[in-house]
Amino acid sequence: MKKFLALLLAVMMVLSLAACGKAAEKDIFAKGEGVMTHEQFIAAEEGSRVTVEAFVQGHQSWWDNKITVYAQDKDGGYFFYDMACSEADAAKLVPGTKIKVTGDKGVWAGQIEVMDATFEFEDGSWVAPALDIAKLLGTPELESHMTEFVSVSGAKIADKGNGAAFFYNWDGSGADGDDLYFDIEINGGTYTFVVRRYLTAPGSEVYEAVKNLKVGDTVDIEGFLYWYEGPQPHISSITVK
Amino acid sequence: MKRAKRLFAAVLCALCLIPLAGCHGSRGYEPFVMPETLDSSRSFEISFWAKNDTNKTQTEIYQKAIDDFEALYPNIHVNVRFYTDYGKIYNDVITNIPTGTTPNVCITYPDHIATYLMAPLCVVPLDEVMDDARFGLGGSELRFDSPTREEIVPQFLSECAIGGVTYALPFMRSTEACYVNRTMLEKLGYELPDILTWDFVWEVSEAAMAKDADGLFLANGQKVLIPFIYKSTDNMMIQMLRQKNAPYSDEEGDVLIFNEETRTILRTVAEHAKTRAFSTFKISSYPANFLNAGQCLFAIDSTAGATWMGSEAPLLDISADKVVQFETAVRPVPQFDPEHPQMISQGPSVCVFNKRDPQEVLAAWLFTQYLLTNEVQIAYSGTEGYLPVTTKAHESAEYRDYLARAGEDEAHYDVKIEASKLLLENTANTFTTPVFNGSTSLRNAAGQLIEETAKSVRRGDRTDEEYFDKLFHSVTSLYRLNQRIVSSERSELGPLPAAAKALLVTLGAVWLGIAVYVGRDLLKEKRKKR
Repeated sequence: MKKFLALLLAVMMVLSLAACGKAAEKDIFAKGEGVMTHEQFIAAEEGSRVTVEAFVQGHQSWWDNKITVYAQDKDGGYFFYDMACSEADAAKLVPGTKIKVTGDKGVWAGQIEVMDATFEFEDGSWVAPALDIAKLLGTPELESHMTEFVSVSGAKIADKGNGAAFFYNWDGSGADGDDLYFDIEINGGTYTFVVRRYLTAPGSEVYEAVKNLKVGDTVDIEGFLYWYEGPQPHISSITVK
Repeated sequence: MKRAKRLFAAVLCALCLIPLAGCHGSRGYEPFVMPETLDSSRSFEISFWAKNDTNKTQTEIYQKAIDDFEALYPNIHVNVRFYTDYGKIYNDVITNIPTGTTPNVCITYPDHIATYLMAPLCVVPLDEVMDDARFGLGGSELRFDSPTREEIVPQFLSECAIGGVTYALPFMRSTEACYVNRTMLEKLGYELPDILTWDFVWEVSEAAMAKDADGLFLANGQKVLIPFIYKSTDNMMIQMLRQKNAPYSDEEGDVLIFNEETRTILRTVAEHAKTRAFSTFKISSYPANFLNAGQCLFAIDSTAGATWMGSEAPLLDISADKVVQFETAVRPVPQFDPEHPQMISQGPSVCVFNKRDPQEVLAAWLFTQYLLTNEVQIAYSGTEGYLPVTTKAHESAEYRDYLARAGEDEAHYDVKIEASKLLLENTANTFTTPVFNGSTSLRNAAGQLIEETAKSVRRGDRTDEEYFDKLFHSVTSLYRLNQRIVSSERSELGPLPAAAKALLVTLGAVWLGIAVYVGRDLLKEKRKKR
């Protein structure tokens, strides 16, 4: 009897392991029926209806039943602009969450996006590792990583004008609480990065850290490769070395 | 036990005070009466919520105006808060009305004031204030050279009246202009008329869509070209309807936009959005960026955006290497009847909020009036293609000299000055839409009709009559246009609802109960002492 029980338990264990193995084999990146690959999405005509699946990497603040999301799959980034979303669902859009999104493909000031979108939750979770774009800045290749989660290490804070390390608004016309614009110098080029107040609000660690920057500081930055007539990343973290 | 009873009475009192305090912010004001003098023994803190066009020079001019004003009135201190969006000022004011924490002075649109007026006495009526012999426009007690009432362009001042009462002063005025890439237009074989017609703009836009075998546009040799981009589609719809003499709304707040002419306009929009000859700011981004990159033929935007327009534009949003050299022409918005051009009048106005202290309101009014002096008007108008709102400024030697120096340097950027002249020469051809509580929603709805139609055809949806029926229905619902609209605070509000009556009776009964209770308690204590 004991031998039989031991054998039975062993068989059950093997079966459950096999089941687990099968589950682990499920490809969370595989596209469902009617869902575009990233390549198909990029190739889709501007204004056309698109359906994509992606993993949330970050989002701007929820407002008026809308939310703007930075998402990614293993092949590239997606920007879901003002997507319809309840406040309860917004709370569930944590980094890694997989969603299926349907909306109109748009290109706004160079940023490829999905607008007037709706979404549904799907099974699966994946957080993208930050792509180091230091060597890609200033190259045509950078655009192919639009909206992805990216990083730059060892950049120098440049003079934004009159010795300022940052501006409120693009030209300094704003005040505390507005978006912050700062320039970095790396590999001989100068690039503008942004603290988007709807992503990292005034009072957040990032917002306050940028307010304390000084020209010449060396920094490590992470963020999303947003595009506005050229690269203009929305940062999510910054560390002064 | 007695302590408990007293505590109970105190709690009841506090509970009764809470709703009263809540009402106090918006309803506790007395009508403003001009004081005899400005009390120089006291200091006043004035809050001013201003809007700039994301333009640092404008913020500097506001700051200089404040510094100069404070030098004249050392006991008045002005705290400015900058916004880059009228809508955000409006939202913040609405949020602050119930708590009585509105600013003293605020840049605004009359549409917005119509909503503010739902809180009675919240905004100061300015007719008597303007006419006050001491502190009114051109008053004897002012420490600066203020314009008289007659020196404000009458059309601009009348735009600030709601229900016959003036609730704001105009601050700056602009209209829309069509910024044309004349070089590209002539390359396509067309001559630029003085007044554009809609037919001409649509025809040339379609002609510009021709491509070569490699898919490049013949007109510019690039992969990207949107011949016609409109920044504010609400203005587009409003002006098209006005030019067709078609209904939009009336003074009573009746919504009349859902008519056959609107459908005709939307059919035309659909036709040209489908070919991609036409797009909007919301769909494609700023017209100026496409214009300057040689990717747009007709860019319609405010005259207050002129410094962004053209190859030599002082303000640029695209990298310099993307800018294409071309000649920029400035024209009024396209017309259906070029013999009788009509264009919208827009631009910031400034209103004064009521406060408990008339001295504080007077201080706010003095600052408001200071914004109409030549110093402020001429300096601010020069930051963009704005027009000063006073004839006093128009006729000044300084302003005439400014206009005469078009093209001389960046401060006299020719496109900007052309844009200002456009409004100066067409002031009689401008119009505004009726203002009522809800007119902001109707304006948004007007733009939404165009945006939705354009997006629908781009995604390949059919835009037949059934589509327009559904669009009218969804836009009506989205902007709550089917709800009854009260035109102004003077309107008859009707009898109190039963629930309100019940609340008031209950409150009265509670107060009476408290009075009886406390009185009886005091009487008992008095008797004990005896």
